[in-house]
Amino acid sequence: MSSEAEVADINQDIDLSQVDSIVEPYLGKKEMLIPVMQKVQEHFGYLPRPAMEHVARRMRIPLSRLYGVTTFYAQFKMKPRGRYIIRVCKGTACHISGSPKIAERIEEILGIPGGETTDDLKFTLEEVACIGACALAPVIMINDNPHGRLTPDKMKEILDSYE
Amino acid sequence: MSAINLTIDGREIEVAPGTTILQAARQLGIDIPTFCYDPELAPNGACRICVVEVEKARALVASCVAPVGPGMVVHTESDRVVSARKSVLSLLLANHPLDCITCEKTGECKLQDYCYRYDVASSEYVGAIKDLSYDDTNAFFVRDMNKCILCGICVGKCQDVVGAGAIDFVKRGFVTNVGPGFEDPIEDSSCVFCGMCIDNCPVGALIPKYVTGKGRPWQTESVPAVCPYCSLGCNINLHIKDNEVIGVSPVEESPVNRGHLCVQGKFGWDFVHSGDRITAPLVKSDGVFVEVSWEEALDYIVDSIKDVQSRFGPDALMGLGSPKASNEDNYLFQKLIRSLGTNNVDSYTCHCHASSVDGMVEAFGNAAATNSIAEVAETGAVLVIGANPEESHPILDYRVREAAQKGAELVVAVPDMVKLVDVSDHYLPLKQGTELALVNGLANVIIAEDLLDKAFVEKRTEGFDQFKKTVDKYTPEHVAEITGLTAEEIRAAARAYASAEKAAIVSDAAVNKQTGGADFVKALANLALLTGNVGRESTGVYLPYGENNLQGSADMGVHPNNVTCYQHLKDEKVREKFSRAWGVRISENYGLSAAEAFEAGKNSGIKAMYIMGENPVACGGDKAQIADYMKNLDFLVVQDIFMTETASLADVVLPAAAFAEKLGTYTNSERRVQLNQPALEPPGEVFPDWAVLVELAEWFGFEWDFAGPEEVFAELASLTPDYAGISYQRLSEGGLQWPCPADDHPGTKFLYQDSFSRGLGLFSAVEYDPEAEAESDGHSAACCTSGGHSCRCLSETITRRSVISAFKNSCCV
Repeated sequence: MSSEAEVADINQDIDLSQVDSIVEPYLGKKEMLIPVMQKVQEHFGYLPRPAMEHVARRMRIPLSRLYGVTTFYAQFKMKPRGRYIIRVCKGTACHISGSPKIAERIEEILGIPGGETTDDLKFTLEEVACIGACALAPVIMINDNPHGRLTPDKMKEILDSYE
Repeated sequence: MSAINLTIDGREIEVAPGTTILQAARQLGIDIPTFCYDPELAPNGACRICVVEVEKARALVASCVAPVGPGMVVHTESDRVVSARKSVLSLLLANHPLDCITCEKTGECKLQDYCYRYDVASSEYVGAIKDLSYDDTNAFFVRDMNKCILCGICVGKCQDVVGAGAIDFVKRGFVTNVGPGFEDPIEDSSCVFCGMCIDNCPVGALIPKYVTGKGRPWQTESVPAVCPYCSLGCNINLHIKDNEVIGVSPVEESPVNRGHLCVQGKFGWDFVHSGDRITAPLVKSDGVFVEVSWEEALDYIVDSIKDVQSRFGPDALMGLGSPKASNEDNYLFQKLIRSLGTNNVDSYTCHCHASSVDGMVEAFGNAAATNSIAEVAETGAVLVIGANPEESHPILDYRVREAAQKGAELVVAVPDMVKLVDVSDHYLPLKQGTELALVNGLANVIIAEDLLDKAFVEKRTEGFDQFKKTVDKYTPEHVAEITGLTAEEIRAAARAYASAEKAAIVSDAAVNKQTGGADFVKALANLALLTGNVGRESTGVYLPYGENNLQGSADMGVHPNNVTCYQHLKDEKVREKFSRAWGVRISENYGLSAAEAFEAGKNSGIKAMYIMGENPVACGGDKAQIADYMKNLDFLVVQDIFMTETASLADVVLPAAAFAEKLGTYTNSERRVQLNQPALEPPGEVFPDWAVLVELAEWFGFEWDFAGPEEVFAELASLTPDYAGISYQRLSEGGLQWPCPADDHPGTKFLYQDSFSRGLGLFSAVEYDPEAEAESDGHSAACCTSGGHSCRCLSETITRRSVISAFKNSCCV
């Protein structure tokens, strides 16, 4: 299944009444757009198109403007994300200790490039700047768990440990 | 605060505090290059091409945002400045396709011009380049975002001026782009195809399809014209090459549209070149039209009309003038019909316009719009009701938006959510057909809360007591029940309108039975009278018409009871004046109105009809009945640019010239008389209406002596006090708003400053009629409350033959 088809299927199940309850306290307060979108993302894990369209309609903000704002800030995700977010550290220490090879290996195992999510919505692969654990370099985070002193051949086992 | 003195390029200038360096330089005629600066948008200093050197300042400053300071010494073309501009251009070129040889923008591309000016032939920077696909999804223009330099002017126009909100900056960093939400095709966005992004794009990112391969800017001639669609009369330039229109641009300095346009003005002119144009006179023979010579056609018309009039009397003839034809055409038309001994001359405009005219005449004494379009932008509160200007009169919608942006309280009382609601302070989604009740309710609150202008009511109006007695019943609670609104919403809206120092009402002349017709218009007038919001700048009641020259055709006396500018025929002096000037005896009999003539089941006695540029069969209430009526006439002649539904029933069809093919004047909804220059030679055997009428008059034996429209205008102005000071010579420098009684009179921006045409303004006690909704016929139900377009049947005749019929949101199609 392509990720676009996946998005379409998921979008059909968007419960707009949930969006309503998020938006209602902010009607007439266009300056509160970013907190509203944060709450919508908190609820759905990303910003589904039907939810975006609904917010635009309710808050009387053009969809183009809403989309402009949410694609400007890296915190907003326009696609569904996996249950596990893998963050590969690209800080200097990690880079020198081989983090590109770690990322390459994860991409190979999951079959997705950085920034994407697996079709089964299990993993999302991201690259981040320093996560502040240079002593463990090269290091990744999977949700809140750090995994350090990695080598490419350890990756399969680590990823398999997540159900 | 005192003025500021500074020096720019060695020249001293004194400007007001807050002026930017760019503005000051422009006052001196110094050309500082700009990409992202637009006078009507908030400056953002993004493109950096306008940088200048200010002595003692550490860095170069962006002149579009930097305010002047006392004693400032500015250099606009110093070595430092030129070097910085070269870098900016070089950076832009690094990611811009250099296909200028085939680019449609060549010759009017700012990037090209500035690269030429600063000798930048290629980029010194090498890096990634954009590779985006074209957006070619719509009928009007191509978007090639690879050429976009991200100046943001299109975004500003779309979001802030037009309010369509179709495009914005999306993403960020290198991949920043301009496009609709989710980067959908523009066709699927909220784009209204006004074309203002195209008109303001400094580069070739947005190209209208019609222009492709047709010619370079320096090969085209630009001819000023008046838009042939709605009654706002926007000023446009037709771009002509080889007797063909290949583009349209708005006139920047126009007092009407100020460089703005809508889809009709920008894209709707192509009907002029439609293959459906009638190009020779046609006479019906055995049910089939055959082309004949002009002599044969005129001979046939004269014989047939004389025959009918000799058998049934002069009043067996009726003429229908055209709200799309010029003033000169309409003046000569009613002159011809009246010279033939009858006052049966009228315009078959949608009957809903007639009720708006009646309402305004009763309240103020004149049907014309009280104030100018531009004044709306400066008002303190706007009530939009019974109208959807976004669709019917977009330029007026832009002005309402501008007022809201400048802080005016905006009340939008319409049944359906319209775009204007985005910027409104009070949205009153009332039940369709309850507009009149709401207006009475607003008046009730204004009186109850003592928000009325007592001095104005006392000195300038009559009928207040009876009016008050009526609206006393319309308490907010009662009106809330009728309209489906809450009493508090009604109170708040009334306070917003009445508390502003200046307030305007925006509706539509196409009011119908459902909204309460003439009574609804009277109720609006009541509100303006009650609060003293008429007779002053930026106040008044706006009821714009659908057709470009409806105001002008009415001014020209295309009316059974009056000649030019409402000089009534019951006045013997008026009859005498015109009889003497025309050398004929004007009939004392009142003429029939179009509505009376076509009234079902009545024998109007009309046996012959001459219709110029109207199509009653397509826009009448009961189309079949009107078609039967036409078929039963002994003789029907229709003069039009297309074979309309009405023309197809005629005995003779005369071809007519389109707006772009003839010289003439048009009067817009704000009484502005504007000159339209001929840009094209008419096709085939086609002549302008005025020339046909002059020829026909000669065949009838009248001694008319007009060498051209200018002489026609001179005659009508000499007989019409309101137009007396207007001449082609003055109009060539810009439009003039009547009343303009003398050569040195500047024209009249708004009416009723000292008194109303009828003396005192009249309050009318009008009641909401819950039955009206049930009574409304199919025609009016579709029109007016959410957009006046469906009344614009004549526009339909032309839009059907234009690319704008492809605009799915356009309700005039």
